[in-house]
Amino acid sequence: MSTSPASDRHIQLNPFGQLRHFLSIDGLDRNLLTEILDTADSFIEVGERSIKKVPLLRGRTVVNLFFEASTRTRSTFELAAKRLSADVLNLDISTSATSKGESLSDTLLNLEAMASDMFVVRHAQSGAPHFIAQSVTPGVAIINAGDGRHAHPTQAMLDMLTIRQHKGRFEGLVVAIVGDILHSRVARSQVRALLTLGAEEVRIVGPNTLLPRDAETLGVKIHNDMRSGLRDADVVIMLRLQRERMEGALLPSEREFYRQYGLTTEKLAYARPDAIVMHPGPINRGVEIESAVADGPQSVILNQVTNGIAVRMAVMSMAMSGQLAERQAAAETQASK
Amino acid sequence: MTALINVENLLKTMCDQLKGELQARSVEQPALIGIRTGGVWLADYLHKALALEEPFGELDISFYRDDFSRMGLNPRVRPSHLPFETEDRHIILVDDVIMSGRTIRAAMNEIFDYGRPASIILVTLLDLGARELPIQPDIVGQSLQLQRHQRVKLLGPDPLRVELRERRENT
Repeated sequence: MSTSPASDRHIQLNPFGQLRHFLSIDGLDRNLLTEILDTADSFIEVGERSIKKVPLLRGRTVVNLFFEASTRTRSTFELAAKRLSADVLNLDISTSATSKGESLSDTLLNLEAMASDMFVVRHAQSGAPHFIAQSVTPGVAIINAGDGRHAHPTQAMLDMLTIRQHKGRFEGLVVAIVGDILHSRVARSQVRALLTLGAEEVRIVGPNTLLPRDAETLGVKIHNDMRSGLRDADVVIMLRLQRERMEGALLPSEREFYRQYGLTTEKLAYARPDAIVMHPGPINRGVEIESAVADGPQSVILNQVTNGIAVRMAVMSMAMSGQLAERQAAAETQASK
Repeated sequence: MTALINVENLLKTMCDQLKGELQARSVEQPALIGIRTGGVWLADYLHKALALEEPFGELDISFYRDDFSRMGLNPRVRPSHLPFETEDRHIILVDDVIMSGRTIRAAMNEIFDYGRPASIILVTLLDLGARELPIQPDIVGQSLQLQRHQRVKLLGPDPLRVELRERRENT
């Protein structure tokens, strides 16, 4: 499935330049990403109240459509939708309709017949949320909750929110992303978001077998060594190492990976003393990160989880808002005919 | 007409009335909340004039508006900030202009999500009439009758002044 920044912009924004689907960071400009972060800031405050709920999506139906299991991401999307007062339907498709032979299109038609307003989609195949956004009934918003190796834009935005909270800005920041970049949809979205928001330098750090071949075209600097990769970094983002990569002969061994790329207190010292440590979770202690670092004073891993709810509330309400504005404009055009 | 509105003078009178109202209700330690943006400027003034020690709260009602399906989400929403518990407190709620009453409805819903207040006194600088909900301010600076194409806006914070705007008819 081909996706270019221009077509990504076209499909994600309504004619007024407002978000209507959230599929990828590609094609979204700095102003829009900043608007997502600002809106999320307001939702963080809502999460601190005794009643952590606002009525924005009251009466709307949000369907969590997970073709690939993910407890954490699904839970935070569910909680985000509930805090916006939406009705939420969780569908674990991997164990449901498709196994009975129903096609994706038929599944979607059935869900649309239940008057759904938004689909939150996770799929193992890159481009699946784009496909759904192109074929869905107008007025229904699609949010990408991770597709194949392509993108995980809400994870990237919650990381951006966490960085902004701790560093106050993106200008001048040096950010190192460490580990399996090749298979990581999170890393791709993070790189795009960081460069769009004006980070000074984005580095990817790992063995060549885990770095994408087109790395140079991403606008990042490549390091195979932690000492040079982390030097003077303001932010260190560790990625989860998936065990199956060991079996795929991309890595010598878990122990060897940890020795070279595992984030230990010793290696973290290469970075700036006030550097923050991030990880999209779930963490593999002793595989990509040492417990002392994961639980240490520079770790903001649990802030990321809290911010995940606020960022998802922001993109859900903004996308619904963009869809409603489009529906409204269409209704007015119809009325004036 | 707006040249005749002296915000400073109105606020002085409103402050005296508010003191009387608090006394009549035997409220000793009210909690002050301004609705963004104009209401916050006025709350700042009243906070000093009433010599309240506790800081005042700021409310952004964007998440509680009843026209989300028509207007969408305000892209410039900022976090509300209430630096006190609202449970069982006597609240002074301040806004610059009241018209339909929908903003105040939204603000009261938001306040209740922080806790159940003992009472709310509503203070507005200008009352434009044209109410659509049964909500009336307790203290009003001045009532105004506008033409259909006219709008008023409080500008500030220093100095506070009221501007009358002519709106194009066909919008």
